[in-house]
Amino acid sequence: MTGTAAETSNQPVVILQDLVKFFGRFAALRGISDSFVRGKLYVVVGDNGAGKSTLLRVVAGLMEPSQGSVTLLGAKNVRDVAQRIGYMGHAPLLYDELNGMENLRYFAGLYGINDDAVCRAAMQQVGLDPELERRVGQYSQGMRQRLSLARAVLHNPELMLLDEPFSNVDVHSARDMAAILGRVRDQGKTIFVVTHQAPLMEPVADEFVHMAAGQIVGREARNRSAQSAGVLRGGAQ
Amino acid sequence: MSGLNVTTRTLMKDLRMEWRSKDAINSMLFFSLLVVVIFSFAFNPNAEESRHIAGGLVWVAFLFAAVVALNQTWARELRNQVLDAYRVSPAPPNALFLAKVLGNFLFVVILEALMAPLFVVFYQLRSVGPVWQLVVVALLGTWALVVNGTFFAALSIRTRNREIMLPLILFPISIPALLAMVDATTMILTGDGTPDFWLKMLLVYDVVFTLVCLLLFESVLNAE
Repeated sequence: MTGTAAETSNQPVVILQDLVKFFGRFAALRGISDSFVRGKLYVVVGDNGAGKSTLLRVVAGLMEPSQGSVTLLGAKNVRDVAQRIGYMGHAPLLYDELNGMENLRYFAGLYGINDDAVCRAAMQQVGLDPELERRVGQYSQGMRQRLSLARAVLHNPELMLLDEPFSNVDVHSARDMAAILGRVRDQGKTIFVVTHQAPLMEPVADEFVHMAAGQIVGREARNRSAQSAGVLRGGAQ
Repeated sequence: MSGLNVTTRTLMKDLRMEWRSKDAINSMLFFSLLVVVIFSFAFNPNAEESRHIAGGLVWVAFLFAAVVALNQTWARELRNQVLDAYRVSPAPPNALFLAKVLGNFLFVVILEALMAPLFVVFYQLRSVGPVWQLVVVALLGTWALVVNGTFFAALSIRTRNREIMLPLILFPISIPALLAMVDATTMILTGDGTPDFWLKMLLVYDVVFTLVCLLLFESVLNAE
């Protein structure tokens, strides 16, 4: 972790207060109250229907909570800090009809970035060639996920919310992506990763957040220095 | 974050995607062509009759054709849930709406420019009134159709039968504009009276509905 990040690592970057989300009569989130500090990589795990993706979407501001509140980077209104948040959804959130650079250029523009070099750097960071002319509709699933990650990081967000970034990605690509996330966290960013492939994240995770039935049922901190082997163990389950 | 910059970028992106796929423009052209040909054969009007029915015929054809494009406006944003990427960004929602309206306006105006000569030929149309007034009616009328159409297409994107929902909502609310467009067009073609009242009504309709749609679009975009 960088010195700057270490100095501010005790500040809560996400504060959830009595968070409830109903879909009709079904409660997807049941009164979650918790806080998460800066500069850590949190891996949110749990069975299907545990409320992981719903929690991420509520935090990202894509869903209004039925009750309770979310404080992000000190702001109650997520739009006030939208510039500082990166979101990667379950779907790739990319235009199939455009190529990689065209996609990134458009999304960079939404964040006020007009510099092509930023888009090129984001593509290179995830291991994609910026010169690739192929349209995203012709990309493999792994390439789409990488480009989706590039889209989420291109404006250098302080907080990243990633929903199933490794879905349908081969083990090799998924390990690469996990390593990239580790490096991004080392730059002082806070990252939330919702995944069913927890073993992939073990070498880089700071904390596992366990969810069940719409609640956080446990938090398990990892001592990364103890995992000094640095080898990306495990694989996709 | 400049809203104008986002609008321009979104518009250019949509134009590039339409240029590559030609989904909207091809569907609209094909549909309008069918209407022109079928109605021409069905009624076989002479020049005088044409002047009286053309106003209604032209605008009904363009309205139905516009719905084809309007339905596709948001379809691209729903594929891969790209709309979520916009919603989490700091870009102003109105910039997206304005870009979509301008894009649709451009598509429908191109369609009208391409179809106008065909209408003239098939219906032996000769305008008695000034042609520039027809251009004003076309621009004001097209804006009225696309501003409401784009808004209601956004409103219906989360419904199951959105292709059916859009005309069901759009047509009734467009009746005042359609009435103004048809009457103004007929007056200009036949030279019976002056279309000033209908042009003013169209202008007021455009201003009011553009403002209302801009005010409400953020709620529509973020609706669950």
